[in-house]
Amino acid sequence: MHPIRKKRLTIVLFLLVGVSVAVGLTTYALRQNINLFYDPSQIADGEAPVDVRIRAGGMVEDGSVLRDPESLKVEFKVTDFSSSVLVEYTGILPDLFAEGQGVVAMGRLDKNGRFVADQVLAKHDENYMPPEVNEALEKAAGKRAAMSGAESDAAASY
Amino acid sequence: MWQIFHKLGSPKWFFGIAATLMPWLLWVGVAMLAAGIGWGLAFAPQDYLQGNSYRIIFIHVPAAFLAQSVYIMMAVAGLVTLVWRMKLADVFVKAVAPVGAILTFLALFTGAVWGKPTWGTWWIWDARLTSMLILLFLYFGVIALGAAISDEKSSARAVAVLVLVGVVNIPIIKYSVEWWNTLHQPATFKLTEKPSMPPEMWVPLLLSVLGLYLVFGWLACLRMQTEILLREGRTRWVKELIQARGS
Repeated sequence: MHPIRKKRLTIVLFLLVGVSVAVGLTTYALRQNINLFYDPSQIADGEAPVDVRIRAGGMVEDGSVLRDPESLKVEFKVTDFSSSVLVEYTGILPDLFAEGQGVVAMGRLDKNGRFVADQVLAKHDENYMPPEVNEALEKAAGKRAAMSGAESDAAASY
Repeated sequence: MWQIFHKLGSPKWFFGIAATLMPWLLWVGVAMLAAGIGWGLAFAPQDYLQGNSYRIIFIHVPAAFLAQSVYIMMAVAGLVTLVWRMKLADVFVKAVAPVGAILTFLALFTGAVWGKPTWGTWWIWDARLTSMLILLFLYFGVIALGAAISDEKSSARAVAVLVLVGVVNIPIIKYSVEWWNTLHQPATFKLTEKPSMPPEMWVPLLLSVLGLYLVFGWLACLRMQTEILLREGRTRWVKELIQARGS
């Protein structure tokens, strides 16, 4: 390669490395701000501020959804399978909201560790499948559970 | 090898090659795109969770995929501009930047339309959506900077530097869903693993992505030809070409 081109290439590479390092350090320093929500573990560890509008996200714990028959009030637990946080919400839930599904709730954490949400968004994962496949999978899972004599009511509750 | 590379830099040579390639790119691309989108929208099975609303994926993913690929191609062309001072590389950047901007907008728009029924919101400032919005602004910046400097050479270099600086955003878009907590789900397609959807969903998706690539190739050739004619209007070969067409 021509020496002058080599020189230009070096300068461009330095520019790229420099910009990458700068952006990398900035995003690393801002990582908690870039995170859309706090995990239940972070909330349990006291990392999340109390009485400040924040988002909490995780999976809706199986069997934790309690609906008030008189109003639109709902209570459920959001878990990351090591800790969980109790969420209280009044309003219409998105269609994809279900036990075992991911959610992101926006609201405030009160002093007792309850999360009072004013908006609940559903999070879905990257897996797509036809309904028949899902039914077959669930049936197979139910059979296995029944055969091993373990509680099959988790699968039957669907 | 270097000879081919330098020959590629000749606008006249490229003009001829583009003319032979273009019909193939267009018709094969349109056929694949139509097959992929038609199959995806009408015949692919529903999703067990999202029902029919997931079908917008057959437009959303190709647009988002191309939006990022086009930027990477522009960055490679920017590198060529800066190091080898090849005019054709700058022609490419100027020609495809508006196409990239439109694809990015399409990805954001279809994402919003998809987000409303599934997540419950049109927009959220999570890392994936925000970095994609930054990509749109980068495209706007490239277009504006290119148009603002009238001197061809300084415009080419300034745009190349901007394109290269902006390329750091691409890995951020790609890995945003892994590095941070986001509302957007992680990638369904991974290089090392099987896609997390059945073939009757991913085959039409792949078809529409490849089809859009080819249609983009056609559009890039067409816009580059126009740009070359504008820039080289005074050279002999362009005058001869115009005379040959006019008679």
